[in-house]
Amino acid sequence: MFDISPEEWTAIELSLRVAVVATLVSTPIGIAVAWVLARRDFWGKAMLDAVIHLPLVLPPVVTGYLLLLSFGRKGPIGGFLDQYLGIVFSFRWTGAALACGVMSFPLLVRPMRLSIEAIDRRLEQAAGTLGAAPWQVFLTVTLPLAMPGILAGMILGFAKALGEFGATITFVSNIPGETQTISSAIYSLIQTPDGDLPALRLVIISAIMAIGALIASEFFARRAQRRVHGL
Amino acid sequence: MGCDMLSIDVTKQLGALKLEAAFQSDSPVTGLFGPSGAGKSSIINMIAGLSKPDRGTIVIGDETVDDTASGLHVPPHRRRIGYVFQDARLFPHRSVAQNLDYGRRMNKLAPDAAHLQRILDLLDIGHLQSRRPGQLSGGERQRVALGRALLSRPRLLLLDEPLGSLDQDRKAEILPYLERLRDEEHIPMVYVSHDPDETRRLAGHVVMLKHGRIVAQGGPEVLPA
Repeated sequence: MFDISPEEWTAIELSLRVAVVATLVSTPIGIAVAWVLARRDFWGKAMLDAVIHLPLVLPPVVTGYLLLLSFGRKGPIGGFLDQYLGIVFSFRWTGAALACGVMSFPLLVRPMRLSIEAIDRRLEQAAGTLGAAPWQVFLTVTLPLAMPGILAGMILGFAKALGEFGATITFVSNIPGETQTISSAIYSLIQTPDGDLPALRLVIISAIMAIGALIASEFFARRAQRRVHGL
Repeated sequence: MGCDMLSIDVTKQLGALKLEAAFQSDSPVTGLFGPSGAGKSSIINMIAGLSKPDRGTIVIGDETVDDTASGLHVPPHRRRIGYVFQDARLFPHRSVAQNLDYGRRMNKLAPDAAHLQRILDLLDIGHLQSRRPGQLSGGERQRVALGRALLSRPRLLLLDEPLGSLDQDRKAEILPYLERLRDEEHIPMVYVSHDPDETRRLAGHVVMLKHGRIVAQGGPEVLPA
């Protein structure tokens, strides 16, 4: 039962790589977007908010298709990146990471935004009177106080990226060794005769990984909460 | 001191209240006295640079930090002031020692062990250094906030009702520290309070405010009995 085949290892390793890269690349962007949404008022803010949440409400296959249209080699963005920077997303694991990053972005941003909104801005004022320039205030007060939300967002986003299926398979297909994550491997296996047992194995593994992420999230959130409350 | 330590001439609209204040002081402690809502905190926030006057000038020592006519507004972090808030505002994610060191680091000042030790002794906070802000009493928190402001080496110390959130016993605990600070550290202070006794004990020059206007100023004798 627990004799994991090399193909399955590849899918596990790829899932982890895709989810880790998606989360690490999304995090700085997510913090910036969360900060803007929490602190700035500007024309089009409701629009930005809506666009970020779109992947949550659109059918994943639609998001995947939109990514294919825009980031595919013939798409406006994908064509540009391919021609001038040599970056290709379509049918590559990087494309899977992009799809996972986009799909998990609303879940990643939300806790970050809430924690930035909850920060007592008078502490930032106090930092200013002590000689801290605005960027120093951000790094030494805002960011550490938002850490519980940042960690929660990262882990939530990671868990979502780990399980993403619809947009990924639409955008980058299901190529073993390149874009076949655990989810798409399970999908292939259950369509194959005798695939039940390996499918079940991957199901158990993905459940363990998801629960692990939740436990880690709880642990970090508690620790960060204590610090933020001055204990 | 050759020139006035602090010179203010400002107006600012605060909702329905129009704040108009002009005064100079070269006293070691300038008391801003008046009932709540008189505009005391608004003045001290303008001195700190946390808010801008609608019109007027603010001069600290020999530096003009606000001049609306020429559009000058020096941001708070470049004013070299220390601000002690009523609610202390210690950074909850940092230890007491890190809170105390914050201003020195932000201003890129060299570590000065002797100065640190003097402030720790003056305020009796040396034994609190490894604690976290959540583990301090109200009086301890306020003393640490004072130390934190002093250790950033300000040229002017602003205190906005620093005893306001403390009960009588705690107030009596902190007041002697403020007197020692005035007599030993020689950093000019602006002290905001609605308590005549506190103001009398500390301030050499008193500016009395009511409904956004200065109604009296001079020595402590202008204070109500």
